[in-house]
Order: sequence, then C-alpha cells, then structure tokens
Amino acid sequence: MIDNLMIFYASPVTALDVLVNGLLIGAIFALTAYGLALVWGVIKIINIAQGEFVILGGYVAFVMAQNGIHPLYSIPVAALLLAIVGWLLYRLIIFRIIDRDLFTSVLATYGIAIVLQQLMNSAFGGDVQLAETGLGTLFLFDYMVSIAQIKIIAFALAAVLAVFLVLFLKNSRMGQAIRATAQNPRAARVLGIDTDRVFAATFALNAAICGAAGALVAMAYTIHPYIGLPYTIRSFMIVVIAGLGNMTGVIVAALGLGAAENFAAFILGTQFQLAFTFSLLVVVLVWRNWRLARKREYLK
Amino acid sequence: MSLTRLLVYLAVLAGAAVAPYFVPQYQSQLTELWLFIVFALTWDLVGGQMGYNSFGNVLFFGIGVYVTAVIQVGLFYDVATYNSARGGGGTVFTFDFTQYALGLAIGLPAGAILAALTAILVGSAVLGMRGQYFAVCTLGLGFAAAQIAAGWDYLGGGSGMVPPTAPDDFINLGLLYYYLSLGLAVVVFAVLSWLYSTRFALAINAIRDDEDKAEAMGHLTTRIKITAWTIAAFFLGIAGGLYGNVKRFIDPIDVAFPSATIGIWMILMAILGGKGTILGPVIGAVIFQITKELFWTYLLGWQRVALGLLIVLIVVFFPEGIVGWWRRRKAPIVETQAS
Repeated sequence: MIDNLMIFYASPVTALDVLVNGLLIGAIFALTAYGLALVWGVIKIINIAQGEFVILGGYVAFVMAQNGIHPLYSIPVAALLLAIVGWLLYRLIIFRIIDRDLFTSVLATYGIAIVLQQLMNSAFGGDVQLAETGLGTLFLFDYMVSIAQIKIIAFALAAVLAVFLVLFLKNSRMGQAIRATAQNPRAARVLGIDTDRVFAATFALNAAICGAAGALVAMAYTIHPYIGLPYTIRSFMIVVIAGLGNMTGVIVAALGLGAAENFAAFILGTQFQLAFTFSLLVVVLVWRNWRLARKREYLK
Repeated sequence: MSLTRLLVYLAVLAGAAVAPYFVPQYQSQLTELWLFIVFALTWDLVGGQMGYNSFGNVLFFGIGVYVTAVIQVGLFYDVATYNSARGGGGTVFTFDFTQYALGLAIGLPAGAILAALTAILVGSAVLGMRGQYFAVCTLGLGFAAAQIAAGWDYLGGGSGMVPPTAPDDFINLGLLYYYLSLGLAVVVFAVLSWLYSTRFALAINAIRDDEDKAEAMGHLTTRIKITAWTIAAFFLGIAGGLYGNVKRFIDPIDVAFPSATIGIWMILMAILGGKGTILGPVIGAVIFQITKELFWTYLLGWQRVALGLLIVLIVVFFPEGIVGWWRRRKAPIVETQAS
C-alpha cells in the first residue's frame, strides 16, 4: 500500500492516468444514478435491480458483437430491449408495490435482481465477458498515461445520452407528465394525467438508460452475471450524496466516485476495489445521518 | 403458557431429538433447518418486532464463521501457514481429541462475543438511520465484509479456508453438530419467547410503531435498538461458527457472507411465516427449507431462479405471512357502516 503511494511521488503523471481513467467511468455511473433518482423521485421506489439492467444491456452488446455486428450499434438495441423488459416488469410486479413501504420495494426488486442474475448465468455462463470494439489505445506523456479510445467514446456517448434525457424530460409531453407526477401525483391525476402510464413509462425509461449504459460498460469494461449489484450501490450512493433531482450534483458525485474508486483500486490493490465501494456507501450513509442528527432532522 | 402448547413443544422437541436415528438420510437437511430457524428468529427480533429491516445480518453470521474457524486452528497452528498449505501437499495439520474439543469450546463463544461487539460498534453508527437508508446501508455492510474477507490473505482470501478436521476416534461429527444446532435453536426460541414477554418487547414494538413517539415517551431508543441487534448478533455468531463446521469449507462470498442466499432467505423465512411473531419465523423456516430442498431435487439447474421468483411472489402477494393470515382469518369480522 505504501509502495503504491510512493509511485505517485516518483512519477506524478501516474496519478493523472488513474484520475482520467476514473473520471471516464464516472460518466456511466452518472447515467445509472440519474435513472435511479428518476424512479425514486417519480414512483417512490428504490430499484435494487438497477445494476442487473446494466449488465443485461451489456449482454445485448456482447451477443451482437459475437454475431459480427459492431457493438456501437447495439446501444439503441439495448435501450429498446431493456425498455420492453422494464415495461413488462412494471406491468407484472412493480405496480403492485407502489403503495407499500419502501422496504417492500427494496426486497421485491432485490428478488427481481436475483432472478435476472440467475437467468443471465444460465443463458451466458458465469465467465467474464466483453464486447470487442477493435479500437486502439491513446497514449499521452511518453506512454505514461494510457486511455483506451473506447472509454473516451463511452464517456462522450454517455454525455450525449444525458443531454437527450434532459431534453426529453423538459420538452416532450411524456417528459412533462413525468415531472408533473414527480412533483405531485395527486394533482397530476386531477389534471388528467394517467399516472399509471407515467409510472410505467418512467420505469421503462430507467431500464432503457441502464441498458444503454450497460452496452457502454460491455464495450469499455467487462461484465459477468453477478457484477450488477455494485452498479446499484454506486447509483444509490451518488443519489444520496447529490440529493434527489439534482442533475449537476449527480454528475459531480459520479465523476468523483469514479476517480475515488480508481485511486482506491490503485493504492489498496484491485481485490479491494469493491470492498472500498461498499464501505464507502456505509461511510456516506453514516456521515449523512450524523449531519442530519446534528440538525435534529430525520428524513423518513 | 397453556398445557396443550407445552405438550406440543415437548412432542416436537422429542421428535427432533430422536430424528437422526429414525430418518438418518435427512440428518444434514435437519441440521440446516435448525440453523435456519435461528436465522429467521434472530432476523425477526430486529426486522419484525423492531421494524428495522436489516439486509446485513450476514455480517454477524460471517464473523462467527471466521472467528470460530480461526480460533479452532489458531490455538495450535499459525493460521496463515495453515491456509496456504491447503492443496500444496506440504505439511498435514492434524488435531487430536482435546485440541478439537478445546478449539470448538473456545471458538464458538469467541465468535459470538466478537459478533456481539461488532453489533454494538456498527449498530451505534448505523441504527440511527431510518427505513430504506438502513436497509441499503446494511446491504452494503454485508457485501463490504464479504469483499474484505475475500481480499484478506490471512483468512485464505478468495479461495477460502477449511475448518480443522476432527481426529478419527472423535465422536460422530454429524450428530454432534445436529445436536448443537438443535440446542441453539431451542435456546434462541426460549430466550426470545421470554424476551417477548418482558417490557423490552413493548419498547421495541413501540419503536416499530412510532419511533419518534417512543422517544418522546422517554425510551432510550438508540440503546434499545443496539441491545436488540446485539442479542441477534450474539446468536448469529454461534450459528455461524456451527454452520462453517457443518459445511466443512468456508468461502468468503458463498458461505461466510452469503447476502444473496442466506442473507435474503432469513428475511423471506420471517415474512413467509409472519413478521413480528414468535412462531412465524419457525413455521416459515420449516416451509422454506422443505421448498428449497424440493426445488433442489426437482428443478435442478433452475433452483436459484425459482427461489428468486419465490422471494418476489411472497413479498408482493403474501406479505402478512402464515401467522398473520391465520390471525386475520380467526379474528372477528367487524362490519362498519362506511364499507
């Protein structure tokens, strides 16, 4: 651990390498976190299956790459397929738990997550997979900083997707209905908005965002059936840090988390990267609770 | 306690005590069942009676698993060499009768005490949270512990560790763990039955129903919450120590900190039987264990998918549980004008 810290002292450019690569994955975290915040804010449930949607989207890209189609084309396909999956899940299960307490939603979506994990394991096997893009690596500063080109493309595409998402929510009729329902479902219903349809659309939209993000994950990083939960935990953590409905906060927190995770993996060793992520969640929640307790206010 | 109830309890206990001699083929499943009853009962103490739905009780379970195994080995050998020697063909570590018995006698209580201490420490930081924040935070706790154990070379890292093997002339190990597990389940049931008859139960029920009001009434809610979690952790620590020795192999993610299996099954068992009752978790554990074994026999390859579906179905369609459903059925129906 000390040895790894000394590397930064010996060659500060290495820190830049770790930082840039961390920031690049942060964009994908921001997408999934925004989806989680959307569902949390509109339907008032916490979707633990978020990460499984991401991995499912990744497998769409993987399957297309296996069949000779360039995985970049798989992004819209993954989004569309996941939207269908999300809509089906809403119509089958989610609408039944809207009015229950949040714990029920956590437990039920955790159950969905386990089912999806096992189905993916049966369909694709438990191996680590990636969708090969055939793009090279970018070297800067005399080969001290190496960035895979696909990571830069993934970052840019994530930004484009985020812009589309914001435009959709701002300008389209359904986007406006979603925002109205988030503000006050009862008033929205009085004004003639079919909130049930809005909820279904929101859940499908979230799944589509996750699917597109997952296709990027499969191209720039790796996927396997049981790696979904860390994406859920990261999304939750980012939303807790940023607060619900704070787009800028989500982006900043996501990029920061990406960088922090990459530094932790470099300093502690990659075997402790997930341990760091999960521990950070606990620390963030304890810190939030401590801050609220000092102000004598509790958020239920 | 009514006489009928006492007689039923005695009959069940007698049946359980002689079961290994009549149905020896089910001995390992029954051992697991007794431990599952402990998991469900201890989860229900905090999740059902107190309303703090924890996903992280596997943390205490896993601490019990590891501490017991480390002490069983560490009293006589260096744990790091013991773990690295496995599969290498080098030194063979043997344990004689006294060593094995001593290791178990010190290891199980030590695991329980360490789990309880962890509950006090973690609980004082975490139990101030409410609702979904507590649920997700404890989910993170269980997974964090699993990842740390998987990266910790002293504990054998990701390839896990093996509890000591008993000497040949030692008594039948299967029977030993059967009776230890059964004894633990009976003790937990008795302790919790007694606990639910005291003022403490009223306090934790008050916290479940309205925590702010309970605090306003003068209950030291944080201290009560930590106490309840510590009791659960103590018993889970013992259960973990037994489970590791029953399984004969400790894997950090699948055996010691199994959030996605036992961690969620204990919640499922409590909900299936009926949250917030003493008999509910027991009934839930029995039904769940039978269902699980049937899935493993008849749906091989799809058993985990089926179990995941079971979670969703029970949570969505049957949240009141068997005992809750029974009580509602038996309760007099009051006709109101409004309906």
